[in-house]
Amino acid sequence: MSLHARALRRRVGGRIALYALVLLFTAQATVPFAWGLITTFKANPDLYNRDNNPFLFNEPPTLDHVQFLFRGTAFGTFVGNTVVVALCVVAITLLVAIPAAYSLGRLSLRRGGAVAIAIFFVYLIPPSLLFISLSPVVANLGLQDSRWSLVVVYPTITIPVSVWLLTGFFKSIPRDMEEQAMVDGCSRMGAFFLMVLPAAVPGLIAVVVFASTLSASEFIYALAFVSQTSQKTVSVGVPTELVRGDIFFWQALQAATLVVAIPIALVFNLFLKRFISGFTMGAVKG
Amino acid sequence: MSAVEAEAPARPRRYLLERQGVLAPLLLAPAILYIFALVAVPFFLAIIYSLSDVTIGDPSIDLVGLDNFRAVLQDRVFRRSLRNSVVMTSATMLLVVVVARVLALVLTQNFRGKWLVRFLILLPWTTPVSLAAIVWLWMLDSLFSPIDWTLRYLGLIDGSLNWLGNPDLAPVSVVLVQVWRIVPLAAVIIMAGIVAIPDEIYDAARVDGAGFWRTQFEITNPLIMPVTAVAVLFGAVVVFADMSVPYVLTRGGPIDATQVLPTWAFFRGIQGGDLAQGAAIALFAFPVLAAMAIAILRAVRRMDIG
Repeated sequence: MSLHARALRRRVGGRIALYALVLLFTAQATVPFAWGLITTFKANPDLYNRDNNPFLFNEPPTLDHVQFLFRGTAFGTFVGNTVVVALCVVAITLLVAIPAAYSLGRLSLRRGGAVAIAIFFVYLIPPSLLFISLSPVVANLGLQDSRWSLVVVYPTITIPVSVWLLTGFFKSIPRDMEEQAMVDGCSRMGAFFLMVLPAAVPGLIAVVVFASTLSASEFIYALAFVSQTSQKTVSVGVPTELVRGDIFFWQALQAATLVVAIPIALVFNLFLKRFISGFTMGAVKG
Repeated sequence: MSAVEAEAPARPRRYLLERQGVLAPLLLAPAILYIFALVAVPFFLAIIYSLSDVTIGDPSIDLVGLDNFRAVLQDRVFRRSLRNSVVMTSATMLLVVVVARVLALVLTQNFRGKWLVRFLILLPWTTPVSLAAIVWLWMLDSLFSPIDWTLRYLGLIDGSLNWLGNPDLAPVSVVLVQVWRIVPLAAVIIMAGIVAIPDEIYDAARVDGAGFWRTQFEITNPLIMPVTAVAVLFGAVVVFADMSVPYVLTRGGPIDATQVLPTWAFFRGIQGGDLAQGAAIALFAFPVLAAMAIAILRAVRRMDIG
């Protein structure tokens, strides 16, 4: 009996410890955003009084600053630019990475392994190493100060990752499936679209999520290549344009962050399982 | 897999296999060309820049040998940046591996409201870095920081800690923000490793009388070593190459206390217009990153076998 009671106590203790940890982790992740959410609706005299409890509304909440964000700033333009850049980057990435990964993963290519490793290494050459010498290249293409410079440059990050990831997927699909389709009279292309591509959908989703969020998050290239307000994406537009000299529009800044962060987080969570399986599959089989 | 390959030539499709010699390079070509034009070319251009006297004002390239590297190495700010980059990345990853390991274990358990919890816990990682940094810029504000307010309320401090303005505290703040945003990524990767361990191993351990801590340290930890190494190295590459957190929070200050290689390369190369020295500074990151890349590949290989 005492053994039973001890086991029970241990289990209850384990549950309490688990929920305590869940609470702690959730709090550390969420408190900054919660503070941002409260800030968004605070009136200036309330926000800028050091004696006020910052977590409460000491004066009635206001929508003024949210309205200012959408009507008084270029935030809408930043969001539009980000969407355009993200769509183009996703399209370029898929068009270039799928054939390359198919070639590396399913066709017998001489020195294929070496090419795969070389492509992986490219991912590890970060923007902070290339942005200085890329800026005259961008200028020569006539793209300085334009969002199209980002459309051209971001695939240098997304293509290597996507090729690496998709190669793993294509490798993991049984060859028999494709060969059977070809024996049954499909062309290689037909077999690819009917058998191989559908089986790689989790990998494709991972690529789309990665390429679009990278377009919204990348900072160095966006800061170095685009300085015109009308061309900026959210990651650089918000931190640089919602500030006048020393004056930060704190409520609008926090509102902008939440408006961008929450949809991205939702997409990530919807596809998290596929994203993880895509990532680990690429890692293991790449 | 090798069995399939050995078997393939025996099938009556020899003409297709012969065409693969054409098809395979053809499909690979666009990716190779793209990367060659926009990664390899700028990379070599960066090396040439670093050996020249090119500036934004005077774009003609005259080679000057290793002068830039010599000048950069004698520069106090550069040495500070290099040290900061190494120390801050190491500190970040040490904290990340411990916290992420615990979080990964928590996330593999069943509890109420898991979807919402997961959503909230991932927010720091899924939010674009520069915007997450803006949230922290406000959290750590010298006048209105709610952390300072709480500490004042509890009677622990007077005034404010000045998280970002104090040269001793600012690097700590930057490290904590990096840890905060990298932990979810590392935890998700480590979690995949924990989930992949077969239940039978745990059952056997339980039969042998191993308790919670022994199971964690003697069974789970060794088995997830390779995947943990991948998570840590990926995180290290991300943090080492990041300029957005220090740029948004401190602009490298106060008095270069949080200056890192990417921010210093940006201030020198783009804002200061000295492309040659900027390129030399940026290139110092390369050996470190290359070493980490090789380490990642090794870890991945081990993962493949295990």
